[in-house]
Amino acid sequence: MGNIIFIEHDGSRHEAQIEEGATLMQTAMDNGVPGIDADCGGSCACGTCHVIVDKKWLESVGDASNTELQMLDMAPEKSETSRLSCQITTTEAMDGMEVHLPEFQM
Amino acid sequence: MNPIAPIIEKGTSLISLPLIAEKTSPYIPIPLQIKGIHLLVKAKKKVWKGKPVPVFVEKPLPDADSLAIKDIDVSNPFLYRQGLWLSYFKRLRDECPVHYQANSPFGPFWSITRYEDILYVDKHHDLFSAEPIISIGDRPEGMPIEMFIAMDPPKHDVQRQAVQAAVAPKNLAEMEGLIRTRTQDVLDNLPLDKPFDWVDKVSVELTSRMLATLFDFPYEDRHKLAYWSDLSTSSPETTGGPIPSDKVFPVAAEAARYFTELWHRKAAQKAAGKEMGFDLISLLLNNEKTKDMISRPMELMGNLTLLIVGGNDTTRNSMTGGVLALNEFPEEFAKLKNNPKLIPSMVSEIIRWQTPLAYMRRVAKQDVELNGQIIRKGDKVIMWYASGNRDERAIEKPDQFIIDRKNPRNHISFGFGVHRCMGNRLAEMQLRILWEELLARFENIEVVSNPEYVQSNFVRGYTKMMVKLTAKAK
Repeated sequence: MGNIIFIEHDGSRHEAQIEEGATLMQTAMDNGVPGIDADCGGSCACGTCHVIVDKKWLESVGDASNTELQMLDMAPEKSETSRLSCQITTTEAMDGMEVHLPEFQM
Repeated sequence: MNPIAPIIEKGTSLISLPLIAEKTSPYIPIPLQIKGIHLLVKAKKKVWKGKPVPVFVEKPLPDADSLAIKDIDVSNPFLYRQGLWLSYFKRLRDECPVHYQANSPFGPFWSITRYEDILYVDKHHDLFSAEPIISIGDRPEGMPIEMFIAMDPPKHDVQRQAVQAAVAPKNLAEMEGLIRTRTQDVLDNLPLDKPFDWVDKVSVELTSRMLATLFDFPYEDRHKLAYWSDLSTSSPETTGGPIPSDKVFPVAAEAARYFTELWHRKAAQKAAGKEMGFDLISLLLNNEKTKDMISRPMELMGNLTLLIVGGNDTTRNSMTGGVLALNEFPEEFAKLKNNPKLIPSMVSEIIRWQTPLAYMRRVAKQDVELNGQIIRKGDKVIMWYASGNRDERAIEKPDQFIIDRKNPRNHISFGFGVHRCMGNRLAEMQLRILWEELLARFENIEVVSNPEYVQSNFVRGYTKMMVKLTAKAK
């Protein structure tokens, strides 16, 4: 079983076991990773599960939909590789992937 | 030459007020413009007998069960005050979740009452437009201010991004200390062991102070902010409220005068090379896209009004609602006192339980089928957040106030999608600070008589709530 590494804004690292088919947001929540709110429960409608994917892994996570991009536009800490973690389905191929959490969710 | 003259002549048969405002704005000070528009609207009403404004007189409403489903009208501004909203909405959710009311005082409208359907409508701004206004009734004539809450993308996105820095968490962290000090000051001056009005002394006072902080508004005049906000949401034709829109114009002119002065003062500070603060107008002045907003007065006033209203009723009524909820559910109060770490989770639960704004309105941009009903293009659609937050299908024991419930953040009070409440983090922070400071000082906050409620179908709030404080044993 592979792991995904969530890195908080202050540098703290949290490893979470991949559960093939679960969303990245769910994976974080199930493993008690702090810093993800997921207010809308995974509907791509609140922007509070914002993560910044390490550049190397961009290809594995696929493209964001227009709805997702629009929600990300509202995030103050949006960067080039920002994603909503509820819109990423995890696979074993993501073993070792690093994702950064913003300082704040909004 | 008088710049208004040619425009009035052009529109002899139907004076277009927004047009006048738009064309004349660069030449005439905003307060004068508003006064001028008011006079025109008055004159126009006399000559053309404009649309009649509904008058609402309170009568006891019938029980939900005694009505035919088609006669249920949830736009009644007394429904919340009379405590009947729970049973009316439950019937709609169970029997007719997408419901058409053909004959309301606000015209025909659809009610969306279940959580999942509300989420669907809120998310689909391509199908449902937020323009031209988000209240059930139309805005009073002649107030063409532009608010991004009532705009669709892409225009909405540009405007929102220009001002959202003011309430972004980074900025809030800068303000937290000041908010806490101002909260402590209010609480330290409350009477002990004798009844007083919590709405006036705490909720209104704290939200006014917060708004003054956010705008760096003259502190001694802060109560004007709450007053302006109240007036702008209370006209009968927009929300069923008690204040005729006639009264709103002079007040809007006063607000415009204050903010124009504040803008010029800040602009002068900037020109003099002084360090700018974190207040809204400084942020607007420091942003390339918005630094000239003073020359687009309807946009400026729209943004300011939106932030004043958005930061006023909502937080104020959650501050009162939280105390009421803890009195109705005393075991939760005990739970809180035993474990103050529950404050953040309780804050979300208060916002759900109170749902300070009952709904947002949309207009269908095309025919849409939703939950078995066909909503036609152009139909008015009301997303009842107050009902969605009590939907048994989405929330366990929704009528119970449970401060440690599972997933307390999954409420619908902030809306979803591109219009999701921009000030949500500020609201949560204010409420968190309030409760942290309350728990540090008081053993009990007892509601000593039934609260009095706002007349509105939009604002779910309180005009008065008498409470008695007991100090914490030292």
